[in-house]
Amino acid sequence: MGFEFQFEPIVAEWHLIFDGLMLTVWLSLGAIVLGSALAVVLTAARQLGGQAAKLLVEAYVELMRNTPFVVQLFLIFFGLSGLGVRLSAAEAALLAMTLNLAAYCAEIIRAGVDSIHKSQREAGLSLALTRRQVLQHVVLIPAIAKVWPALSSQFVLMMLASSICSFISAQELSGATAIVEQRTFRSFESYIVATTLYLLLALALKAVLGAVGRVAFPRVSGLARVQTKGEAA
Amino acid sequence: MMTSFGWAEAFFLVSAVRWTILLTFIAFVGGGILGGIIAILRLSKSAAVRRCTATYIQVIQSIPVLMVLFLSYYGLSLAGLELPPLLAASLSLGIYVSAYLAEIWRGAIEAVPFQQWEASASLALTRGQQYRYVIIPQALRISLPPTVGFLVQLVKNTSIVSVVGFVELSRAGQLVNNATFAPFKIFGVVALVYFLICFPLSRLSRYLERVLHVGRAH
Repeated sequence: MGFEFQFEPIVAEWHLIFDGLMLTVWLSLGAIVLGSALAVVLTAARQLGGQAAKLLVEAYVELMRNTPFVVQLFLIFFGLSGLGVRLSAAEAALLAMTLNLAAYCAEIIRAGVDSIHKSQREAGLSLALTRRQVLQHVVLIPAIAKVWPALSSQFVLMMLASSICSFISAQELSGATAIVEQRTFRSFESYIVATTLYLLLALALKAVLGAVGRVAFPRVSGLARVQTKGEAA
Repeated sequence: MMTSFGWAEAFFLVSAVRWTILLTFIAFVGGGILGGIIAILRLSKSAAVRRCTATYIQVIQSIPVLMVLFLSYYGLSLAGLELPPLLAASLSLGIYVSAYLAEIWRGAIEAVPFQQWEASASLALTRGQQYRYVIIPQALRISLPPTVGFLVQLVKNTSIVSVVGFVELSRAGQLVNNATFAPFKIFGVVALVYFLICFPLSRLSRYLERVLHVGRAH
C-alpha cells in the first residue's frame, strides 16, 4: 500500500480548524452554563411545584433522554424554521445542547437530592427555614456537591456530542474538519487532527471541572459522593 | 416534486427501524465480545496490559463517536477494505461499544467481593476457572442494569451512522423530509419511534436495578 501521511495541506488550513475548535468550546461552555441553570430550575419545580409540575418535569426528562440528540437537533433546526422561527445553525445547536443537557443534569441532580436524608430537611424546617431556603441550602447545594463527578462526565459527553451539530452545518470542530477534508482531499489525516483535538479538549475539560469541583465544594470527600453513571447523549 | 406526508412515507420510516435494530444488535454483540476481552485484560496481572487497556478505554471515551466512525471508515478504505455500509457502520459502533462495556463490566467484576477470589483460589481453581465458575456469574448480575442502560445509548447513537450513507431511521426521516418539507411532523414521528424503543429499555434497566438489589448507594 503506497499511502503516505500528509499533514501539510491540513496545517495550511489551520485557521478553519481553529475557528471550529473555538465554536466547539463556546457551544460547550454555553450549554454547560445554560443547561445546568435549567436543570436547577427543573429540579426546583419538581421539588416545590405540585403534582402537575412534577409530572411535566419527569415527562420532559424521559422524552429527552430516550430520543437521539440528532433528532432533537433536526426538530429544533428544521422544525422551528418550518414554524417561521429562523435560527442560525450555531443558535439551534446551542439551544438543542442546552435542552438535552438540562434533562440529563436534572436526572443526575435528582439522584443527589434523593440521597439527602429526610432528617436533614426536617432539621432545616425545625430551624424555621422556609421551604425554599431548605431546598437551596440543605438539599440542592449538598446534592450538587455529591453528584459533581457525574455532572462533570455528563458535561464532557455533551462536549463530545456537540460534534453531531455538524449535521445541521454548524461550523464547529467536526463541521470545520469536513470543509478542510473537502479542500485538501486528505480525509484520514483531517479526522486524525480533529480526533486529537477532541481528545485534548476532553482531557482539559475534565481537569477544569475537577478543579472547579475542588474549589466550589471543598468539604465533600470523595467517599461521600453518590455514584451515578454519566450517559452519552 | 412535492409529496405530502402520508401512509407510504410513514411506512418507509417504520420499515427503516429494522436497520436501526439490526445495527444495534450487531454492534452490541461485536462490541460486547471485544469489550468482555478488554474488561478481563484490564484486570490482568500484568501492569503493562492493564495500562494499555486503560488507555484504550480512556481514549475511546474521550473522543466523539462521530470521529470513531470517520476514522474507521476512512482507515478501512485506505487499508483497501471495501466493506458494505452496514458492516462498516456496525464495526465502528462496535469499537465505541467495546470501550463503554469494558468499563461497565470491569466495575461489575471488581464489585464482586475479593473473598470470592480468595475462596476460589484456596479451592485450587485456575484463574480461568475462577472467572468461569465464581466471578463472572456474580458479576453478570451486577452488570445487568447498567448494560441495559447502555443499550439505550447505543440505540440512540446508531442515528449518527447516516453520515456514511447508511439509511436507518433518522436518515430515512431526512429523506422523507427532503421530499415533503414537513419537518415537525416527520422528526416528531422519528423521535416517537426511538422513544418507543428506548423508553421500555430504560424502564427495564431501572426495574433490574431494583429487583437485583444492586446499583447506586443510598
